[in-house]
Amino acid sequence: MQTSMHNVKEERAAASMGARAEKMARYLVKRVLRSSITLLLIITAVFLLLRLMPVEGYFNNYEKMSPTQIRVGMANLGLDRPLPMQLKNFFAQILKGDLGVSNKYRVNYPIIKIIKSKMPLSMQIGLMSVGLALLLGAPLGILMAKSARSKSKLKLWDKFGTVVVVLVEAVPASVYYLFIQIYGTELLSRIMPLPTLFVEEKPETWILPIFSLSLGTMAWCAMWLRRYMVDESTKDYVMLARAKGVPPGAISRRHIARNAIVPLVQGIPTTVILTLMGSLYVESRYSIPGMGGLLVDVIKRQDNTVVQALVLVYSCASILGLLIGDILMALLDPRIRLSGKGGAR
Amino acid sequence: MRKRKNQQLAEDLAAAAARGYAELAEAELFSPAEYLPDETEPLSYAGYSYWRSSLRIFAKNKISMFFTALIALTLLFTFAQPFLPNQKDPIKIYNDETGIQIRNAVPSSDFIFGTNAIGQDLWSRTWSGTRTSLFIGFVVAVVEALIGVLIGVLWGYMRKLDFLFTELYNMFDNIPQTLVLILISYVLHPSLRTIIIALCLTGWLTTARYVRNQVIVIRDRDYNLASRCLGTPARRIILHNLLPYLVSIITMRMAMAIPYAISNEVFVTYIGLGLPLQIPSLGNLIVSGIDKMMDPNLRYQLIFPTAVLSVVTISFYVIGNAFADASDPKNHVV
Repeated sequence: MQTSMHNVKEERAAASMGARAEKMARYLVKRVLRSSITLLLIITAVFLLLRLMPVEGYFNNYEKMSPTQIRVGMANLGLDRPLPMQLKNFFAQILKGDLGVSNKYRVNYPIIKIIKSKMPLSMQIGLMSVGLALLLGAPLGILMAKSARSKSKLKLWDKFGTVVVVLVEAVPASVYYLFIQIYGTELLSRIMPLPTLFVEEKPETWILPIFSLSLGTMAWCAMWLRRYMVDESTKDYVMLARAKGVPPGAISRRHIARNAIVPLVQGIPTTVILTLMGSLYVESRYSIPGMGGLLVDVIKRQDNTVVQALVLVYSCASILGLLIGDILMALLDPRIRLSGKGGAR
Repeated sequence: MRKRKNQQLAEDLAAAAARGYAELAEAELFSPAEYLPDETEPLSYAGYSYWRSSLRIFAKNKISMFFTALIALTLLFTFAQPFLPNQKDPIKIYNDETGIQIRNAVPSSDFIFGTNAIGQDLWSRTWSGTRTSLFIGFVVAVVEALIGVLIGVLWGYMRKLDFLFTELYNMFDNIPQTLVLILISYVLHPSLRTIIIALCLTGWLTTARYVRNQVIVIRDRDYNLASRCLGTPARRIILHNLLPYLVSIITMRMAMAIPYAISNEVFVTYIGLGLPLQIPSLGNLIVSGIDKMMDPNLRYQLIFPTAVLSVVTISFYVIGNAFADASDPKNHVV
């Protein structure tokens, strides 16, 4: 009797597991589909918007060219055909992994090669800064939460952390990056000779750019951890655990932290992307020969094809980041609803 | 008094019982209870007002009150500055007696914030730039609120639209806002209008989502169901029943939109797509200050505009957050 009941239970559990797996698969397919449609929309919009640009952006020496030369040049680029045709060709080109050639930055040089040569450095700096951000942000958030819950009136860490978070969130990044560059360089110069700009072979010049880039993610991580730990510590399940006599360390580790990790994991891929965006600024300030600096550079030179290609690369990266984040979240958190009924995130 | 009344009631009942209840008229059987305000149970709403509670909690927060005062003073000064005596023209280039431009003059009583590389007065340029940036911020905030509320209410209220709008939102939300900003500024000519358009294009999505979520929460409350049953037109329900509950969200989003718009203006200017130099803005003041930042003596050209900018953005940020906390009814129960 008892064994049969056991079996029924197990069967039910297995059935619900199967249903969950099926739901998950459906969710993944839907999510990937949605990302692809977004990407399609972006590619179309970018292409159409750039057709509005003056045609100078397609030629290196526009001023010296005759109208006939311009017409021939446009025909060579395939830009004299009707728009739907151009769009179709553009998609075909992208599918082949060809992003066209640069017209001003490096004349007639394939853009994909430019990007390939710049990507590794940007990624290295981006990943290092995210690592640093988590390394600094997580302890800060935990310290803030601890001091916020403590009985003392001072709550020093909480106040300090809040000031840091507000400064980083409210002051434009473009402004505090500058001050880090000015005063950070002066400060570090007292310890060792430090050039203002980035030199790949000198590790000491990596410090300030990486630190600058990490600040945004650090503030996000600290603020979030603090809020979560404070909110969660008054919940019933934590009180029950405490009443049962579970030691405080185990409560933090086994109960609070496990719940806290889920949204954190969802956010990390996006923050990596955000770091890529922040690198636009940092890379051009420190003359780091990476992707972000390149985008600022080609915008100033009005090199249409490279701008178009870089915008596409960045969009792909951020869409991919959001996709990975959502999938990780769905895999990690059994409470998440996979059907579309929950509406917008 | 009550005792006597009860006594009398008991006597009446005894008399009635002797006669037999069934034959009695209703008025004799029942006597209405007297209303005694002192003895009623305190059931009623204790004079709770949503707005009064929100404002009281907001006013209790000393830090946010400090920033409210600070931003009020800054705004007042920014807009009053051109009317003060002895102000200089933000665009005019000043020459000394020999006719040479007063370049990079350090701050003095004559030029309070000094002059820039071509001899323009930085004091008046800074305040004029603050006006431009605040104008951008306010316009963007208003447009965002208008579009966001319109779309958000439709999205939340019309059940048939929910699926479509949610799908659309999930698609558009994936588009990185920074790239939209860059692309629009790149394609259109740098001008006030371009910056405002580029900034307005992205921010309303979040407002719409907040509004939609709030509308869904209150859409099917009893009083709205009652209104709908009584045949109140949807427009009237939305305007009179829903909008008052959205005011806090709208205010909070608008307060946050201003620092966001201002810092994006700086960003766009930095990558070379900002306003032309004839229109001073905090963005192009800061970007021209960057050229001088490696010379410690000329650093004032960067520091003054960034100081004003930081005061404005931090104040709006803190106020927006404090207001969001204060307007959350969960925090009203003390």
